[in-house]
Amino acid sequence: MHPMKNIRNFCVIAHIDHGKSTLSDRLLEMTSTISAREMQNQALDDMDLERERGITIKSHAIQIKYAHSDGETYTLNLIDTPGHVDFSYEVSRSIAACEGALLLVDASQGIQAQTISNLYLAIEHDLEIIPILNKVDMESAMIEDVSDQIVDLIGCDPEEILQASGKTGQGVQEILDAIVLRIPAPQGDPQAPLQALIFDSMFNPFRGVIAYFRIFNGTINTGDRVRFVNAGKEYEANEIGILKMKEEPCKSLGTGNVGYIITGIKESKEIKVGDTITHAERPCSKSIKGFEDVKPMVFAGIFPIDNEDYEDLRDSLEKLQLNDASLVFEPETSAALGFGFRCGFLGMLHLEIIQERLSREFDQEVITTIPNVSYYAHTTAGENFMIHTPNDLPDVSALNYVEEPYIEAQIITKPEYIGTIMNLCLDKRGVLTKQHYLTQDRVELTFDLPLAEIVFDFYDKLKSISRGYASFDYAPTEYRRSQLVKLDIKLNGESVDALSALVHKDKAYAFGRRICSRLKTLLPRQQFVIAIQAAVGAKIIARETISALRKDVTAKCYGGDISRKRKLLEKQKKGKKKMRQIGSVEVPQKAFLEVLKLE
Amino acid sequence: MAGIYIHIPFCKKACHYCNFHFSTSLKSIDAVVQSIKTEISKQSSYLKEPVTTIYFGGGTPSILNTSLLESILAKLESHFSLATEEITLECNPDDITFEKLAEWNRLGINRLSIGVQSFHEHHLTWMNRSHNAEQSINSIKWAQKAGFENLTIDLIFGFAGLSKTELKENLRVVQKYAIPHLSVYGMTIEPKTALGHQTKTGQYLPLPEAEANAQMLMIMEELDRQGYEQYEISNYAMPKKRALHNSNYWQGATYLGLGPGAHSFNGTSRHWNIANNQKYIKLIQQGQPVYEVEQLSTIDRYNEYVMIRLRTIEGINLDQIENLFPAYFNYFIQNIRPFIGKHVQKTESSYRLTQKGKFITDLITSAVFKVNRESD
Repeated sequence: MHPMKNIRNFCVIAHIDHGKSTLSDRLLEMTSTISAREMQNQALDDMDLERERGITIKSHAIQIKYAHSDGETYTLNLIDTPGHVDFSYEVSRSIAACEGALLLVDASQGIQAQTISNLYLAIEHDLEIIPILNKVDMESAMIEDVSDQIVDLIGCDPEEILQASGKTGQGVQEILDAIVLRIPAPQGDPQAPLQALIFDSMFNPFRGVIAYFRIFNGTINTGDRVRFVNAGKEYEANEIGILKMKEEPCKSLGTGNVGYIITGIKESKEIKVGDTITHAERPCSKSIKGFEDVKPMVFAGIFPIDNEDYEDLRDSLEKLQLNDASLVFEPETSAALGFGFRCGFLGMLHLEIIQERLSREFDQEVITTIPNVSYYAHTTAGENFMIHTPNDLPDVSALNYVEEPYIEAQIITKPEYIGTIMNLCLDKRGVLTKQHYLTQDRVELTFDLPLAEIVFDFYDKLKSISRGYASFDYAPTEYRRSQLVKLDIKLNGESVDALSALVHKDKAYAFGRRICSRLKTLLPRQQFVIAIQAAVGAKIIARETISALRKDVTAKCYGGDISRKRKLLEKQKKGKKKMRQIGSVEVPQKAFLEVLKLE
Repeated sequence: MAGIYIHIPFCKKACHYCNFHFSTSLKSIDAVVQSIKTEISKQSSYLKEPVTTIYFGGGTPSILNTSLLESILAKLESHFSLATEEITLECNPDDITFEKLAEWNRLGINRLSIGVQSFHEHHLTWMNRSHNAEQSINSIKWAQKAGFENLTIDLIFGFAGLSKTELKENLRVVQKYAIPHLSVYGMTIEPKTALGHQTKTGQYLPLPEAEANAQMLMIMEELDRQGYEQYEISNYAMPKKRALHNSNYWQGATYLGLGPGAHSFNGTSRHWNIANNQKYIKLIQQGQPVYEVEQLSTIDRYNEYVMIRLRTIEGINLDQIENLFPAYFNYFIQNIRPFIGKHVQKTESSYRLTQKGKFITDLITSAVFKVNRESD
C-alpha cells in the first residue's frame, strides 16, 4: 500500500496541439513507465483517430513511479483529460479527481479559450496549478509574451513558470520535481466508508466495462461488494488494480489512489462518469458532488447509404456505444433516406468523431442529416416535452411556444479580429456580455448565444474570419423561449424530411434561400424541371429551379436498339449510385452532406 | 412466333440526323444482297418457331429493285418455315411509284412503312431528306390507292424549326388520310452526324426541352382524340393495326437479323452483325462469322424486360416478373413504388406509365434497373 503522502494526482490542461500528448510521453519515458520500444508516439491516445487528430477523445489515467532526489519514491497518477469543448463534463470529473494540474501553453501560440475554461474549472476545484511553457525550442516561441499572459491569468510569479519541450525533453525533470514538491498529497480518511469517484470508463470487448476511479476515503479490495450510488446498482469488484501501460491487478487500493475496477458490466451505459463507488455493507453517507447525467446536446439522423446496411449500422452504433456512453440513438424512419437512427451527441465534434469512427472502424459510410439541438415544445394543451427532431414539432395550431438552449461562449482572439467576430456572433443571434483583455495582444470575448447557431458552420466560419487566431469554448446555460419556425425543403412539391430544420423566424428567409441555392448546385440536372422550394408552413419563402436535362425518351426501341439502350440506361444507373429518390427526384448522397457547408 | 429482320444498308442521301448504318454508295447493293442470301442459308436453324413476320428495314429497302427483293424472299422461303402474317417494307416517298407498289403487292409485301418525317418542305430540306412534301403526300395517296391498307408513316417532332402550327398541320394530314399507324419520334442529336456537328459548333440550337415536351403532349392528345392508341411510347395505332413485327420485339419473341448491322435474339443471347458493308461481304465470302454474341444474364434479361415493357401500353406484368425473375420481384416492387400515382398507374397485375410518366420513361426504367453491386 502506497503511503498517502507519496501520492500525487494531477492532470494536464492544454489546448489541442499544444503538445500535451508528446509531453506526457516524455514523462512516461523518463520514469521508465514505458520503454522506448513500447513507445508509439503519443502513447496515451490509443485510437488511430485520436492520434491523427491530436485530440484525446477519451481520457485515460496512468501511474508513474518517480524516485525523487529526497530518496523517496512517489506515485504520480497522471489523469488525462479530453481536449474539446464537447467533453467539458468529462474534463470536470477528471479535474475533480486531482490535486494539481499542469497548465501547458504552447510558447508560439499563447493561451487559447479551451485552456482558459479548463483552467477555471481547475481553479474552481482548488487544484495547484503548475504553469509550463511548452515548445520553447521553437523559433517562433514568444517566451516573454506568453509568460506575461500566464502571469496575468493565474497571478503567479514569472519564476514559477517552467519551460519545457516535449520534443527535446528539455524541462521534463523539473516538471517531475515540481509535481512532487508543489502539488499537495491527497487527503482523506482511510478508516471512513469507501468513497471513490468514477472519472472515466472504457469498454474492453473481453472484460466488459472498466471504470477508472479515484478514492477519496476508505479502501477498496478485490471481491468487495460495491454500490454505484447514482446508478443505484450493486456489483462485485471482480478485479481492481492500478493503471500502468496495461491494467495491473492488485488486492487492495487505499485512500488517495487511482485505479480501475471490473465488475462484469457489459454496457457502458450502466457506469456513469461522476458516479460514486462505495461499499454495499458500509456505504458512505453521501455521494461525491458534481454528478450529472450527461445529456446529448446535438442531434442528427444517421442513415446507411445503402438501405441494406441498416442492420450493420445498428451493430456498429451499438459497439460504439459500448465505449462511448454519451452516444445515444434510436431508430428513425425518413421518407427520403429510409431506415436509420436519430443520434444524440455531446456536440458537433462528437458527431464528426462518430461519423469518422463508423467509417474507419466499421467501414460504414453514412448520410448525416442537418443537425439540430433539442427543444422544449409547449403545447396549447399545456403539455411540454423535449423534441430531438424538427419532424416531431407539434403542428402550429397545437403549439404554444418553443424553448431553445443557450450557451455561454468564450472566444479568445487577437484584437484585430474583434470586429469580424462580433459580426459573426451577432449574426448568430449572439449578445456580447464581456470583453476582457488577457494581454495587450489577447482578448477574451464572452457571448450569450443560442446553441443551435453554433451547430451550423460556426467553427469553420470563426476559423476562416480570424485566420485561425480564435479559439472557442462554450458551456450550456439555460433554455429560453424563442421564435422558432420549421423550415421545410421541397423538391417538386415533395418535402424532404431529412432537410427540415428549426430556425429562428428572422433567419428563415436567409436560411431557406441558402439551402435552395446550395441544392441547386448539388443536384444534377434531370430529365425534367426540378423546383427546389423552402417553405414555412404553407408559405414558400425561397425557390430555385433546375432546368431539365434533355433526354430522348422517344428514341426508337426495336430489335437493334435494345442492347444499346439497356447498356446506356445501366450506365446511367451506375452513375446514379449514391442517389436517393425523393418522389421523382434523384438526390446524390453528397447533397445531404454538403448542403450546409460553406460556399 | 418469330421474326426476321433484313437490313438494307443503302440510302440515296444521308439525312442530317441519322446514325443508322447505311451507305450512300450504291455500287455494292448486289454484293450485299448476295451475302444476305448466303447468310440466310447459314442461319436457317437459328429460329425454332415458324416465322410470322418479315421486316425490311434500313437504310432504304425501297431502293432495291424488285428482283433483288424477290430473290431474298425466295431464299427465306426455302430455308425457313414461314407462316407470315406481316411483311413490312420501309420505303422513302421518292421511291414509291404505282409500278413498284404493284410489284411489292405481288411479292406479298402487305405493309409499308413510309419515311415521311414531315409534310413541310423546309423541314425536309433542313433534314436533307431525299424527297419533298408533295412526294410525301403522293406516296400515301398512291399506296392507299394500290391497296396497301396497312400503312405506317414516320414523323419527327422536337426540333428547332418545327412550330406548333406546323406540327398541328402534320397531324391534320394524318387525320385527312386516315393513316392507320404512326411512329412518332423525338429528334435525337447523335454524335457523328451532321446535326451532331452543327449542334457542337453552335450552328444548330436544339429546341428547349419544355417545348419538345409540349409538342409531345400535343401529339399524344391530338392522336388520342383521333382515335389512335399509343401502344408503345413512339407508336400509335388504330384498333387492330398494331405492327406485329415490332410488337414481337416487345413481347420478347425471338428474331433473326440479316445483313450488315442487324441484330438477332434467340431468347438467351443477342448477336449483332458487323456494321460495315465491305467487311460483311468479305467475312461472308470467307465463310466466317459476321457477328458478335452477348449472352444475357438473368439481370440483363430482367433489365431488358422492364425497359421494353414499361414503354408499352400493357406495361410491366407483375406475374411475369414473379415467374421470370423471382429474385428481383421485391427489388422491383420497392423501386417502382416512388413513381406510383403520378407517373405509374398500378393495377392488380400491372404497372403502366401514366401520361406524365411517359415523359420520364428512361428515368423510371433506370430506377427499377438492377445493376451488379460489385460493378457499381
